[in-house]
Amino acid sequence: MKELSLNILDIAQNSVKARAENILIELIEADGKLTLTIKDDGCGMSKETVENVMNPFYTTRTTRNVGLGVPLLKLAAEQTGGGIKIDSVSENDSPENHGTTVTAEFFTDHIDCTPLGDIISTVTVLIQGSPDIEWKFVHKKNGGAVELDTRELREVLGDVPLDNYEVIKWIEEFLKEGYSAI
Amino acid sequence: MKSLAELAAIREKMKDKVVLREGTGEIRVVVGMATCGITAGARPVLNAFVEEVTKAGLGDKVTVSQTGCIGVCQFEPVVEIFEADKEKVTYVKMTAEKAAEVVEKHLKGGKVISEYTISNVIS
Repeated sequence: MKELSLNILDIAQNSVKARAENILIELIEADGKLTLTIKDDGCGMSKETVENVMNPFYTTRTTRNVGLGVPLLKLAAEQTGGGIKIDSVSENDSPENHGTTVTAEFFTDHIDCTPLGDIISTVTVLIQGSPDIEWKFVHKKNGGAVELDTRELREVLGDVPLDNYEVIKWIEEFLKEGYSAI
Repeated sequence: MKSLAELAAIREKMKDKVVLREGTGEIRVVVGMATCGITAGARPVLNAFVEEVTKAGLGDKVTVSQTGCIGVCQFEPVVEIFEADKEKVTYVKMTAEKAAEVVEKHLKGGKVISEYTISNVIS
């Protein structure tokens, strides 16, 4: 993948498919390190599945027998000297408290660190595609932070869905402003 | 500064429209957004459809949505167009520019751009 934001888009789609109601995407940049966390309250995975998702020849889809989402993220992290970790609790094991957390660490000064790219576009595409999910996006760097919580937007918007064009445009502009300030 | 007050204004404006929108969406544009699609450039294609559909004033008639892997990864980004009583049209190797063209000629003008369809690529 040419941008880390594309990996993020791809991995967050797994949370969507896991029927998550809440998805957090958090980026923290400090001391030459970028820590990415994607946390959901979806159906989770069994221990066996967690072990398998790093394997490119494991996939849940039926259209073909390879699944490259997690292996590509792993590659992107490892080529900077970092790595990824997946914690998951499956719905079957814990009906009350389940979900998956993917954490990845990147050493941003490493020459093979993929640029983050158009993260704003990733956020708007995710919200446009799954407007009923509560999304929380946080990016901390340079002592500042860009934050977006769809719950707060929904409170003001009432019945207007988040995939309304003007709402998506508002989110885009809001994030752009946030980034220009940090 | 972007403020929540602007969202309140959108809500006010949409008051009557929201009800109207339900049950419409005569045309569905579906963009493949699995790993294969994303890597091949589906994100700008999706954005272009959202943008151009609105610009063309087709917002009430056309819904733009996302799906997983359609199964022809080598032809990604893949976009499917569903319209009642018509055969599904599958566009392959899409770009943002081609998306704008599809909105103009196909969604607005009703003419399929066969040059970009899957049948053109595999036959």
